[in-house]
Amino acid sequence: MTDADKKESFFLTKADQFITWAMKNSLWPFGSGLACCAIEMIATAAARYDISRFGMELFRASPRQADLFIVAGTVTNKMAPVVRRLWEQMPDPKWVVAMGNCAIGGGPFPTYSVLQGVDKIIPVDVFVAGCPPTPQGLLHGLMTLQDKIAHMHPTQEILKPHARRIR
Amino acid sequence: MPAASADDRRLQDVAESLRGRFGDAVVETFLGKDGLIVRLRPARLREALTFLKENQGFNALQDIIALDNMKRGPAGLGPAGPRFEVLYQLYRFPEGLRLRLSVEAAEGEELDSAQPVYKSADWAEREAYDMFGIRFAGHPDLRRIYLPDDFEGFPLRKDFPLEGTKRGL
Amino acid sequence: MAFKEIELNMGPQHPSTHGVLRLKLRVDNEVVRGVEPVVGYLHRGMEKLWESQTFHQIVPLTDRLDYIASVSNNLAFVLAAEKLAGVEVPKRGQYIRVILTELQRLASHLAWVGFMANDIGAGTVLLYGFEARETILDFFEDYAGGRLTIHALRLGGVPYDLTPENIALIRKVLDGLPAVLKDIGRLLTENRIWKQRTVGVGILNAADAVEYGLTGPVLRASGVNWDVRKRHAYSSYDDFTFEVPLARNGDLYDRYRVRLAEMDQSMSIVRQALDRLPDGEFRAKVPRVFKVQPGEVFHSIEAPKGELGFYIRSNGTDKPERVKMKSPSFINLQSLEKMCVGNLFADVVAILGSLDIVLGEIDK
Repeated sequence: MTDADKKESFFLTKADQFITWAMKNSLWPFGSGLACCAIEMIATAAARYDISRFGMELFRASPRQADLFIVAGTVTNKMAPVVRRLWEQMPDPKWVVAMGNCAIGGGPFPTYSVLQGVDKIIPVDVFVAGCPPTPQGLLHGLMTLQDKIAHMHPTQEILKPHARRIR
Repeated sequence: MPAASADDRRLQDVAESLRGRFGDAVVETFLGKDGLIVRLRPARLREALTFLKENQGFNALQDIIALDNMKRGPAGLGPAGPRFEVLYQLYRFPEGLRLRLSVEAAEGEELDSAQPVYKSADWAEREAYDMFGIRFAGHPDLRRIYLPDDFEGFPLRKDFPLEGTKRGL
Repeated sequence: MAFKEIELNMGPQHPSTHGVLRLKLRVDNEVVRGVEPVVGYLHRGMEKLWESQTFHQIVPLTDRLDYIASVSNNLAFVLAAEKLAGVEVPKRGQYIRVILTELQRLASHLAWVGFMANDIGAGTVLLYGFEARETILDFFEDYAGGRLTIHALRLGGVPYDLTPENIALIRKVLDGLPAVLKDIGRLLTENRIWKQRTVGVGILNAADAVEYGLTGPVLRASGVNWDVRKRHAYSSYDDFTFEVPLARNGDLYDRYRVRLAEMDQSMSIVRQALDRLPDGEFRAKVPRVFKVQPGEVFHSIEAPKGELGFYIRSNGTDKPERVKMKSPSFINLQSLEKMCVGNLFADVVAILGSLDIVLGEIDK
């Protein structure tokens, strides 16, 4: 950040904190459950691990209504264009969590039909390792994402469009 | 075990009926670890399946298994016979008898589709085509089932690499 | 004004398709005229991968097929490999395998009833079912270290013995389950809305079910008495007394009743196995380099989804020549069109749910 930015007004900093607080505590996941990790994602949303204490219980079926894309499971070459199109349909601001080893880098499947990592087609914010990650692991990943969101500067993006994240 | 030998006797009867009906087309029959194995010449495949279903009561086709025997020949350099082998795993319910019918197909040779006889052959044959490139004559809709339609190559053939032929997207 | 048929695309991303399944529906107003499933969106090339893995290495990979009931996949593969190689599993190992598999069947059916009820709109049952499933997964985590894809079995037996703490935990789990099943039954079995959505919907008669090669609870709901555990008992299942629940009509309600009854039977089998658990070894000595003489075998088990089978051909090395999996969901899904045509469009989701398919198993 330049000196000019450091002299940001107290008001804008507080506005940033308020906006990011609101965003990170009300993420609406778009549950793209592809394979085994989807079952652990559903277990995270169920009663014991209760994702709704983070404000995320509203899993949207349509990408147009969601802002968090949890890629849970293996992305095959046949499914890859679908995943890309779904991600493109999500409105900004949006974040992506690659859940599980398959989404991170192909997992245990170095084969002719598996995309070796979803970050080859969409930008990923948080990688949650595991095969499948336990619900606690996924929650840790989501909390890490919340930390990342807390460090955003939404007022900058509004005031200076060129500072917007590269999509 | 009494139950096993009763099953074995029934399977021997089936084997004899097959030999009686198809003669030389039956290359070999023997009792394997898991039921009767029958090796058949492909020309009479459809007839044999119909006979087994309607005459011998094998009312379920559990699976169609295709294999690539490319490496089976001397020194693993080439096939000892036709390249592909297609196995039909049949079951007689409710007695519980298992029969595996084996036919060989050379590369490019078409086999008769089992779909008119057993409905469950529909997708199983599409899978065999998708993975090996074996064509089945008389199948209502023979096209790839797992891989995208524009995929090149047949993955389960022994000369197709595991990682595929296109490196990444 | 005349309306034409329209073609509607459902999936591959859809909350109710139980995975990445694509259905191309032809609908005439609200009535379904044709259904074409498109699969392959989760085809990971497992069979090709297995040809380059040793028999020991294949066991954990099979977990990822039917990922809701992973112990069943392990069991089908290790039994086929052991039959081929002539390995004899000690009695204690067989009993522990039965306990693990039946607990897995309970977990799978609990997940199923949750998903199916959620698809129809009864969200509470999803939470109840998953909470009960969590208690079973607690045991799996205690025993094998994992919740979902567990690698709970090994060639020759099981990896660890059941300690007294494990056994106490299983008994605690079993003591807590009947109350949950009773709650779920109270919520659904005599529920007017549930019955309106499931009675008389998606009927498949016995003759058609056998014709299409169906297996599992769907087949038994149509009245066909076919359970691999009874006819071709494996892993000491013939030591236990249990019934095979059947129904008559073959509609969705019957499938629900059959699966609930199966859960009761599973609990009974686990109790019997615990009460009569023999002493001795829990795993046969199996070499690290598991070479198998050339041969072939097909072996199947009764998995929660249906009859799961493995065909293995060996070539004298420690890697198989060919492994083919007979997937019950793959075959069951072919009958979807037969069941959906003539029903309302909204019933497609319920019928698909009642089939209990897993895309990992269909697509391999």
